[in-house]
Amino acid sequence: MDPAKGSSPTVTQRDQWMVESQVYDIYHLFATIPPNAQSVMLELLRDRHMEFLIKGLTHLGSAFCVLDANRPWLCYWILHSIALLGESVDDEMETNAIDFLNRCQDPNGGYGGGPGQMPHLATTYAAINALITLGGEKSLASINRDKLSNFLRRMKQPSGGFRMHDEGEIDVRACYTAISVASVLNILDDELIQNVGDYIVSCQTYEGGIAGEPGSEAHGGYTYCGLATMILINKVNRLDLPRLLEWVVFRQGKECGFQGRTNKLVDGCYSFWQGGVVALLQKLCFVINKQMASPDSQEESLDGTSYDESCRSGQTDSSNSYPVDFNNIGYRFIKECGAEEHLFHSIALQQYILLCSQEQEGGLRDKPGKRRDFYHTCYCLSGLSLCQYSWSKYPDSPPLPKAVLGPYSNLLEPTHPLFNVVIERYYEAHEFFSKL
Amino acid sequence: MSKHLRPNTAQNSSKQSVERSLSDEFASDLVCGRFSSWTTVMASDYDGEQRRIPLRLRSEWSDVTPVPQDDGPNPVVPIAYTEEFTEVMDYFRAVYFADERSPRALSLTTEAINFNAGNYTVWHFRRLLLESLKADLHSELEFLEDIAKGNSKNYQIWHHRRWVAEKLGPQATNRELEFTKTILSMDAKHYHAWSHRQWVLQALGGWEAELDYCGELLEEDIFNNSAWNQRYFVITRSPILGGLKALRESEVHYTVEAIMVHPENESPWRYLRGLYKGDTSSWVNDPQVASVCLKVLHSKNNHVFALSTLLDLICHGFQPNQEFRDAVDALKTSDFDKQDPDLAGNVCSILERVDPIRANYWVWRKSILSQAA
Repeated sequence: MDPAKGSSPTVTQRDQWMVESQVYDIYHLFATIPPNAQSVMLELLRDRHMEFLIKGLTHLGSAFCVLDANRPWLCYWILHSIALLGESVDDEMETNAIDFLNRCQDPNGGYGGGPGQMPHLATTYAAINALITLGGEKSLASINRDKLSNFLRRMKQPSGGFRMHDEGEIDVRACYTAISVASVLNILDDELIQNVGDYIVSCQTYEGGIAGEPGSEAHGGYTYCGLATMILINKVNRLDLPRLLEWVVFRQGKECGFQGRTNKLVDGCYSFWQGGVVALLQKLCFVINKQMASPDSQEESLDGTSYDESCRSGQTDSSNSYPVDFNNIGYRFIKECGAEEHLFHSIALQQYILLCSQEQEGGLRDKPGKRRDFYHTCYCLSGLSLCQYSWSKYPDSPPLPKAVLGPYSNLLEPTHPLFNVVIERYYEAHEFFSKL
Repeated sequence: MSKHLRPNTAQNSSKQSVERSLSDEFASDLVCGRFSSWTTVMASDYDGEQRRIPLRLRSEWSDVTPVPQDDGPNPVVPIAYTEEFTEVMDYFRAVYFADERSPRALSLTTEAINFNAGNYTVWHFRRLLLESLKADLHSELEFLEDIAKGNSKNYQIWHHRRWVAEKLGPQATNRELEFTKTILSMDAKHYHAWSHRQWVLQALGGWEAELDYCGELLEEDIFNNSAWNQRYFVITRSPILGGLKALRESEVHYTVEAIMVHPENESPWRYLRGLYKGDTSSWVNDPQVASVCLKVLHSKNNHVFALSTLLDLICHGFQPNQEFRDAVDALKTSDFDKQDPDLAGNVCSILERVDPIRANYWVWRKSILSQAA
């Protein structure tokens, strides 16, 4: 570490400066134009995004052969984006989507990447979220919950992790997709939850964020998956939340967007993954405060107090003896515990999404210079929605105009921060599956 | 690769753009996989005269009836598959549904993977075939290396590689370490490559040179957080180095030096904190930690991490002396409220001003201080 080396930039520095200069050019231009031109620049290009999305539902070029094992994902990315925009697809398209996803459903439970493919947890998550987003009796009733439950149990490992598919890889993504699906379908129970908390805790790194596997590097996508899982299984207090929070707020950079890992480049999709982590943590301030008040208790072992209990009683009670209604955690998370702090710069993030991630022809992207795609469109819009409602006590109450950057018509539908489906569709699914 | 494998490359440029747009970060991690390395693998030796022979014209496939995809009458997200892609997948479905464990089935999976390396069903079936046919696993590694040349950010490739290496056992150690090294020489933060390397070390061994390797990568790019993470992995898990406590002293020295060269580099700051994970009192009481904060504060430049570290130290019981108070005072500006008698509160206020993107966070941290008091 020769100090002289400090003068010749490293790869990380060069890449970072290049992106910074591209982003600053855009912000500089924005700062120098008149206010009416600024509001045009900040406008969410709803019609063009819709055009891009609808086109994708009806036709994908041969370049998409490489996504042939991800078709439920394509359905979810597109349908969820449409729902965030407050739009819906016509009846015929809805019928076609339900029929298609049903062809991806395995006779023994779960959904594959396309008709005839093995069931996979990630595509199962995507298919379920797509069907919830479509909504309605026909869509929700098309899910074979009993078989799906068998599939989840088949993927479960004694370590607490899950496999993505038969003989597939084990990681935090698999935990989240399994637990999220089980929670929303009202089939989550003690057996499925067994040791999951241990596995996720073993993936929290010295940096504070969560990695894909024990030992790997803290990463925004896995951190979202890990944190959301811990909330859904009522074990969030086992994570070191002050360190997690400190790590995630440092992922928002000068470019105003979020990066996925320390010293990596900004990317619009982390508006949701990292922004989602902050949105979740904002609702856990009570638990974070408590951990911070007795910082050293962390080391002995976190007392196992659940978010659930803390929320209701406001007291530490280490006994988890009474049965927890796992299937209501997702519902109560947004309905109760309204007290929250504002912990990140939501206006800055909206600025990055609107000015740097939007393509003029429709669709959203990673960063200037990259091309739009459905994945980034979905997660940039999801992040934008989280930002807009991040000051609201309840996600279903309309935010104040100052919380929404650009014209108020930019306002999207609110999304459930644990499942990432539009809240209203989540309520419908929750009601539907509570009765089964 | 046989001449059977040669594709029609007409669609390659648009295909590459889809791959590129999805090649970033978590897209590759959350979704099941998304690219084919076809272009890169084949472009160099593509020869228009040696076109790929369709399966239906190959005699060895004459007994097989292809199974079309059951997409239904009006599928959504329909992909305009190329003719070759459709044909290969139709034959793949035929052998997969019939569970045909034959050499031709194995070579068919090669073709299918060349068209779409993200199809986990094909990879899964390939593993069944490799087992049934007792295939040579060394050539399987070569195949994987060819595929990875195109775009290695694909979950299936790495899962498959782990499976093969596990079967081969310790004899695979060096090759796996070299392979990941090659990938990391092109992308030093490649998430899958690092995960694989960690798995190799833990499952097969080869720890001897790992700390030096981390040192080399950090020498090249001290901002490479993946290399810092690997360094942490080595010092905490290597069976030959004696563990975190034994190495702490020398690691602190190394890290402090890195901080002093680039105080704006977040990675060593996080690493320094990590060196005391589970031992907060040592962290609070080690004069080297407080001292690096103080030095950076005195430089009055790039001091966000020094301030935030100082704040955390105070929150964990560190008793700052007058020198710290003076250093922090010196960072205040004239129009800045000097009334706060509390050092931690002052630190929060300065951070709120010098680190505006996190202003809300620092305001909240300040509010927590008053709650505690």
